[in-house]
Amino acid sequence: MKFAIMINEGVYQHQATDSAYQFAKAAIEKGHEVPRIFFYHDGVYNASSLTEPPQDDRNIVSRWQKLAKEHNIDMVVCIAAALRRGIKESNLAEGFRISGLGQLVEAGIQADRLVVFGD
Amino acid sequence: MLHIVNKSPFENQTLDSCLRVVGNAEGDAILLTEDAVFAASKGNSNESKIKAVMGKVKVYALWPDVEARGMQDRVIEGIKMVDYGGFVDLVAEHSTCQSWL
Amino acid sequence: MGEEMTEATGGIDFEDEEASGVVKKFMFVNRKAPYGTIYALEALEVVLISAAFDQDVSLAFLDDGVYQIVKGQHTKAIDVKNFSPTYRALEGYDIEKLYVEKESLDQRGLTEADLLVDVQVMSSADMAKMMAEQDIVISF
Repeated sequence: MKFAIMINEGVYQHQATDSAYQFAKAAIEKGHEVPRIFFYHDGVYNASSLTEPPQDDRNIVSRWQKLAKEHNIDMVVCIAAALRRGIKESNLAEGFRISGLGQLVEAGIQADRLVVFGD
Repeated sequence: MLHIVNKSPFENQTLDSCLRVVGNAEGDAILLTEDAVFAASKGNSNESKIKAVMGKVKVYALWPDVEARGMQDRVIEGIKMVDYGGFVDLVAEHSTCQSWL
Repeated sequence: MGEEMTEATGGIDFEDEEASGVVKKFMFVNRKAPYGTIYALEALEVVLISAAFDQDVSLAFLDDGVYQIVKGQHTKAIDVKNFSPTYRALEGYDIEKLYVEKESLDQRGLTEADLLVDVQVMSSADMAKMMAEQDIVISF
């Protein structure tokens, strides 16, 4: 089955992105596909190349980068939400791409399920 | 439909709203995640509300979140625990899911 | 990026057969008040984009979401964009299915007459039935 995921919150402030990560990982382990993850609202902060969490805690951004690279997940950040919040190409973490809201709608159309993680 | 609730019932009205709307939706399921797992603890003021819907709606709680919050020894009977794999299965089994944010 | 960006489609190359043709029932659930947080505004932006995809779109307003469509919003003093007129513009995009939960209105001392756009007010039970018919439910 194809699962699309939408993430509405940023890094560390809310558990949303952590829950989404564990869900995505479990889905892949069960043999499902996660073709696209769409980051909206504060979720765009998951794509920041500037985060520096403490060494003894999970690194949310790099965790996403690794999962996306290993399993070919399209990590899309909404351009309008990103610009509002100061996430641009110049501070975009590798493995993420900035695009339009249409990518979310398209993901919903093409996937079997769309799961939203937010606050 | 699978309904995912992640907010503590003491913090805001989300669980109440979910129960109000889907409490009678036979065959639906509610999954409590993140801070909503507090609603699954014995003796909390939402216990009767949750038990009231259990006849028609299956209620689940995400075990990793229950354990993280120290609620693992006090889960209401009848609420089924699932891990993230079980969460995935629930989403797959129901034709649609809705997150009550 | 390798894709055709257009304002209407938000980055979709419509030559992709898979993206066009399939019609799913999308419900956008609004449960948060406007202005206190950005969810209401950014939700509306998704709704507008969805119009370009010829999907079966409906909006549900529950709990504080009903405040998004009350009349009389004047935001000059808080210096924040008043986006409530946009709900009236949805009709022009063929988005006409707006559903409001009666219990949410009642709890807030509101009636249909207080709303700035035509909606269908329904009970919680009917709202549940409506939700059950959807293919995709997006919450904000």
